[in-house]
Amino acid sequence: MEKIKKEWFSNVKGDILAGIVVALALIPEAIAFSIIAGVDPMVGLYASFCIAVIIAFVGGRPGMISAATGAMALLMVPLVKEHGLNYLLAATILTGIIQVLFGVFKIAKLMKFIPRAVMIGFVNSLAILIFLAQVPHFIGISSMTYIFVGITLVIVYVLPRFIKSIPAPLIAIVVLTSVAIYSNFDLRTVGDLGAITQSLPAFFIPNVPFNFETLQIILPYSIALAIVGLLESLLTSSIVDDMTDTESKKNREARGQGIANVVTGFFGGMAGCAMIGQSVINVKSGGRGRLSTLIAGLFLMFLIIVLGGVVVQIPMAVLVGIMIMVSIETFDWNSFSYLKNAPKTDAVVMLVTVAIVVATHDLSIGVIAGVILSAIFFVAKISKIKLTKQETMQNITFFVEGQLFFASVEGFLDGCDVSIQHKNIIIDFSNAHIWDDSAVGAIDKVVIKYRENHNNVSIKNLNAASKKIVDKLAVFNNPNGKLSAH
Amino acid sequence: MYNNILLAVDGSEHSIRAAKETVKIASVSKGSTVKIVYVVDFSKARTEVLHAHNSEGLGVARKKRLIPIEEILESNKINFSIQLLHGEPGPTIVDYANKGSYDIVIIGSRGLNSLQEMVLGSVSHKVVKRVVCPVLIVK
Repeated sequence: MEKIKKEWFSNVKGDILAGIVVALALIPEAIAFSIIAGVDPMVGLYASFCIAVIIAFVGGRPGMISAATGAMALLMVPLVKEHGLNYLLAATILTGIIQVLFGVFKIAKLMKFIPRAVMIGFVNSLAILIFLAQVPHFIGISSMTYIFVGITLVIVYVLPRFIKSIPAPLIAIVVLTSVAIYSNFDLRTVGDLGAITQSLPAFFIPNVPFNFETLQIILPYSIALAIVGLLESLLTSSIVDDMTDTESKKNREARGQGIANVVTGFFGGMAGCAMIGQSVINVKSGGRGRLSTLIAGLFLMFLIIVLGGVVVQIPMAVLVGIMIMVSIETFDWNSFSYLKNAPKTDAVVMLVTVAIVVATHDLSIGVIAGVILSAIFFVAKISKIKLTKQETMQNITFFVEGQLFFASVEGFLDGCDVSIQHKNIIIDFSNAHIWDDSAVGAIDKVVIKYRENHNNVSIKNLNAASKKIVDKLAVFNNPNGKLSAH
Repeated sequence: MYNNILLAVDGSEHSIRAAKETVKIASVSKGSTVKIVYVVDFSKARTEVLHAHNSEGLGVARKKRLIPIEEILESNKINFSIQLLHGEPGPTIVDYANKGSYDIVIIGSRGLNSLQEMVLGSVSHKVVKRVVCPVLIVK
C-alpha cells in the first residue's frame, strides 16, 4: 500500500503535466512510426495508448514511457509488406509472450554481455534508419514539401529557446497544418496514407490461420522484436534510473513489456517498447511516477477521439521534419570522439554493427553480429600467451603467463622449445590458468615430448582450479596414458 | 564571515578556478564549511549511460571529475562535503541553494562566448538572478 502511494501519488501535479506534454509529443511520432511500418496510423496510435496504459501498471520503471517506436516499426516492414496487418498483430502477441518468458527466466542479466560498442552501434544505426525512412516522403516530391520540412526544423530547433512549456513539435504541427489547410497547398497529408478512426480500440483476434505455417512466418519477426524491444527498454530504464537517481527492476520491466505487447496485439496495435526520447522529456517535464505514463496514454487517446478529424490533415512534410529531428536526437554524436579514444577493436565492432544494420535494415541482426564479433575479438585478445625462459645451473624454467585454452594452445606449444635434451625442466604456471581439455592436452604433449628427450619435467604452481582439471584429464603421470585420450 | 559556503561545480576548468577562489574565501574564518554541489545534467544522462560500462563505472567516472576540486580543498585544510544532484543545472542549483542557509554561492562562469550565451543561456546567470544569498561568479 505504501509502495502504491509512492509509485503513483507522490508527484501528482508533476506527473499529470508531464504526461500531457508527452502525449502531445507522442502523437506525431506514433503516426510517423505507423507509416514507417507500412500500417494505418491508428495501429501506432492504438499501440501507444494500450502499451502506455498497461505499462503504467505492470512495468518495472516508473516514469518511463513505452509506446510504438521506430526501432520496432523498422523490423515490421517486410512482415507487413508480405503478409499484412493481421500477421503483424499475431507477431505482436507472440513477441509479448517471448518477452514475458525472458522476464521470468531473468534474461535481463544477459544485457551485461552486450558490449558498449554494440549499444552505441545500435543507437546510431537506429538514427540512420529512421532518417532513411523519411527520404521517400520528402525527396523529389515538390519544392513546397522541402519548404515545409525546413520550416518544421526551424520551429523545432529555435522555438524551445523561447517557449519551454509547450512542445515545439506540437506548435509546428498546429501552425503548419493550419497554413496548409487555409492556403490549399498541394501537400501530401496523413490522410493520404491511412485513415484516423475516432474511436477506442476494440478486442479482436487477429485473422490468421492457427497453424504451424503461421508460426513459421511470425516467429523470426517476434524473436527479433522481442530482443530489440527489451534492448531498448533496458537501455532506457538505465537512463531513467540515472536521471531520477533511483533503481528499477529490470526483469519486472521485461515481463511488463511482454504483457503490454500481448494485450496490444489483441486490440489492433503494433508491438512497441520503451522510448528514450519521450522518457527523457517526461522526466525533464517533471514526471516521476506511474501516473505520468498512464496520463500520457489516456490523454493521447482522448486527443485522437476529439481531434482525429484534424489529425488526418497534417501534412506529411511536417511529420518528416519531426522525424528528422528525432533521428538527429537519437544519434550519439559523442561517437566521433568515442571512435578516436576507444580501443581499435571496440571501434570496429561499433562500425560493423552500424554497417550490418543499415545493410540489412534489421537491428537485431546487427546487434547479434556485433556481439559475436566482440566475443571473437575478446577471445583473440586473451589467447595471447607468454612464455619466459629462465636458465640456471641446475634447471631451465618456463614461466607461463596468460590463459591456456583451445585458442592459445598453439602459442603455448610454439613457445616451448622441445629440442632441449638431458635437462631439468620446470614449467611454472603461477601466472596462468588452465581452462579446458585442449589446454591439458597441450601440457601432456609438451611433458611427454620432453621426457622422450631424456629431460626431467615437473609442473609447478598450478592454482586450485587448474590443478583440478589437470589432475582429472592429464595423462603424463599415467604410465599407460595415451595422448589420444584428449 | 562566510561560514556556510556553497560551491557549484561541473568538473570544468572554471570549476577548478572557482574551487581556488573558494579556498580564499573559506580561509578567512575558522570553522567555515564548504558544500560542493555537482549537478548531473539531464541532457547528458543519455550519452553518459550509453558510454559507461555499467552503473558503477558511471559513478566512478563522475567522481573522477571531482578529484581535482577535492584536492584543492583538502590541501588547504578546508572542511567540505559533496552532494550529487540530477537535473537541469541552473534550476537545480538555485533550488538547492535557496533551501539551505548559505552565506554565499560560488560558481564558475561557463565561459560561453556571447553568441552561445544568447542561444543557450547561462547557468551562472540563472543562479545569480534567482539565488537569495550573495553569489560569486568566477571567470
